[in-house]
Amino acid sequence: MSETAPRPLGGPIVTKPFAILGVFLLIGGYFILRRFLFGMADVSNMSNGYPIGTWVVLDVVIGTAFGCGGFAMALLVYIFNRNVYHPLMRPALLGGVFGYTLAGLAVMIDLGRYWNAFNLLMPWYAQINSVIFEVALCVMAYITVLWIEFWPAFLERMPVAIKQRFNLHKLQVFLRRYMYVFIGLGVLLPTMHQSSLGSVLLIMGSKLSPLWYTQWLPLLYLISALTMGYGVVMLESTLVQRSFKLPSEAALLAKLSRVAAGLLVLFLAVRFGDLLARGQLGRAFAGDRYSVLFLIETALFAAPVLILASRRRCANMRLRFLATISLLAAGSLYRMNGYLLAIDPGNGWTYFPSAPELMITVGVVCLEIMLYLIFVKTLPVLPGSIAEASGRPS
Amino acid sequence: MGFVDDTDRVSGTIRNLDGYEGALGGLTRREFLKYCTGVAVTLGLSSFTGLRIAQAATAPQRPPVIWLSAQECTGCTESLLRAYHPTLETLILDMISLDYHEALCSGAGHQAEAYKAKSMKENWGKYVLVVDGSIPTKDGGVYCMVAGKPILQAVKEAAEGAAAIISIGSCASWGGIPSSDPNPTGAKPVHAVLPGKTVINLPGCPPNPYNFLSTVLYLLTFGKPPDLDIKNRPKFAYGRLVHENCERRPHFDAGRFALEYGDFGHRQGWCLYKIGCKGPETHANCPAIGFGDAGEGNWPVGIGHPCFGCTEQGIGFTKPLHALADVKTFSPPAAFPTVDSPKGEGITPAAAAIAAGIAGLGAGAGAMALRGMKDEGEEGGKEASSRSSSGQH
Repeated sequence: MSETAPRPLGGPIVTKPFAILGVFLLIGGYFILRRFLFGMADVSNMSNGYPIGTWVVLDVVIGTAFGCGGFAMALLVYIFNRNVYHPLMRPALLGGVFGYTLAGLAVMIDLGRYWNAFNLLMPWYAQINSVIFEVALCVMAYITVLWIEFWPAFLERMPVAIKQRFNLHKLQVFLRRYMYVFIGLGVLLPTMHQSSLGSVLLIMGSKLSPLWYTQWLPLLYLISALTMGYGVVMLESTLVQRSFKLPSEAALLAKLSRVAAGLLVLFLAVRFGDLLARGQLGRAFAGDRYSVLFLIETALFAAPVLILASRRRCANMRLRFLATISLLAAGSLYRMNGYLLAIDPGNGWTYFPSAPELMITVGVVCLEIMLYLIFVKTLPVLPGSIAEASGRPS
Repeated sequence: MGFVDDTDRVSGTIRNLDGYEGALGGLTRREFLKYCTGVAVTLGLSSFTGLRIAQAATAPQRPPVIWLSAQECTGCTESLLRAYHPTLETLILDMISLDYHEALCSGAGHQAEAYKAKSMKENWGKYVLVVDGSIPTKDGGVYCMVAGKPILQAVKEAAEGAAAIISIGSCASWGGIPSSDPNPTGAKPVHAVLPGKTVINLPGCPPNPYNFLSTVLYLLTFGKPPDLDIKNRPKFAYGRLVHENCERRPHFDAGRFALEYGDFGHRQGWCLYKIGCKGPETHANCPAIGFGDAGEGNWPVGIGHPCFGCTEQGIGFTKPLHALADVKTFSPPAAFPTVDSPKGEGITPAAAAIAAGIAGLGAGAGAMALRGMKDEGEEGGKEASSRSSSGQH
């Protein structure tokens, strides 16, 4: 399918950055342990007024949007049949695997009675009218699908002896034949739960500022998840290519950035069309906290559109990188506003995450990066390296 | 209302509902089918069962009902008279044949007694026996005499030929007020004087009329009593605690209680558990269907009075009104959250430092990445053009 088949990068796993990340992971792990030993109140500032805190907003709502690379690329490559982007597929998938798996982990930290979570899978307890139930089941299913989609990378690296011992070539044939089913699910499921993350906010009612509260929340969350998916693929590809000196994918990224820009235009059109239709646009200039947040968010959304409007600027790595950062920041701020900053539960509740709470989130993100590094070094994920000749174990 | 539109398909099986004036107690056929469906839903059955109920309710041979009143206050009958969908007269004139009822029958004295005897003889083994009031057993049952004989005897005689027996009200179901200490008449519930018979108990003081109407229509439709609990109460009506469906339940869970009548919490509509509400140990569907057809919230707790447990033996008329209920679901926590709990904590220096650190790290990493990109940007641009041209081949 692609000219350069993916292969493991090799090289030492424990490097200096890896060790630094490890320190943060240890700190986060310490607080996670405290959370399970002494309860939520020991580490978290969440309250009855703000039951949704940093863990859900950063690790789940924003984290899964960052994990949408696999979803966004699968949509482009397999549904719209743009095979040129195929080299970006496997790294995007890997990002999705970790983004979602660790979001699942973060939910288990966040659930007060996590030991009851298995009841979600008991059909006789199913509350099929609940959006959160849909999100939970859908995310669980998608994590499974992502690992299945990624499984060929393991199989390619597995020693022949083990494959024969466990008859794994049959599995390989099965996966090759039926992968389209999982790819289909891999596009369907995120469409469902990423829009549902917007639907969750529909019950917030007047708690959420009218600048964000709209019946179009599901659509807006879906579009912004797609843009963030492409954004994260561009960011990851740029950074990895530079750090590991891989063949440049600039041409692909330039093309991809225009897809993302198109989606951003769609997002802004729906966002502002809805505000105009509801007659709430005036609030954007009210000068209060919400209007400032809205203006910053809108600027972050608009900047990449302006940067990527010209084909020449798309090809400029630096500008493209800036646009990518801005796009990801915009999507993240949009989510943070909807779930935390633009919410006022009333009755004087306030919330700012505690230090241990933040450190748990930092630890989870560090774990994500560390796992990514381990995987790209040991499994065939990234396209062949330039440094291949310099004695890399094959 | 999908099936109403489909009635052409089934019109062969349903009787001519519009056939004669007043056939359905003034309801149109559509309203009547709606009503029957409503009954089916109250019973927790499929809405399609409404059709079978409609057929049973319009059967040409209306099932005879003998209603005996023992030590009672006529509250059960009064409650039934206040049913509006449909009205009691629709039930007793069009659906069943109420052949004997002391308060409602048009005849009196020997005439009424003679008609009762005639009906029982003609319909032996087919009629439904309804009893309200408890049965005095002391001194041969002399404390409640009807037509010259103890009601105990009348109930036993009528029960012999009954197809089904319904005890309506708390007195008939478990003894009610007459059986409370010191119980001078030796009052007993109906099932206690009819050993070996299945008696459907519909306790309540007064009972909800719709539980009675639904039970009767169930009997007419299926020829057997609805699912009963161990105290022979229909599960559709008495399967859950009042506490489980109470609209004030969130106040219970959040620890907001009225502490005396008229205090702040009482006026706010908070939970009445601490002033003696027996909802946590009483099985009834009062919060779900309310009373008097006056809309939601029209039941004792809804208007600010604690449930006093009328449907439960040993609670209603027995336990003091202000005694705390024995919570059957799970006990309230020893320490309820206070109403003035802290509303969240502000920003701490450490948290601010970490948040700023994350932001700074992100900005720094971004800037570092950008710095090295200058040259490669050009290179990337060149490569992009070359690759895109090659892509077109």
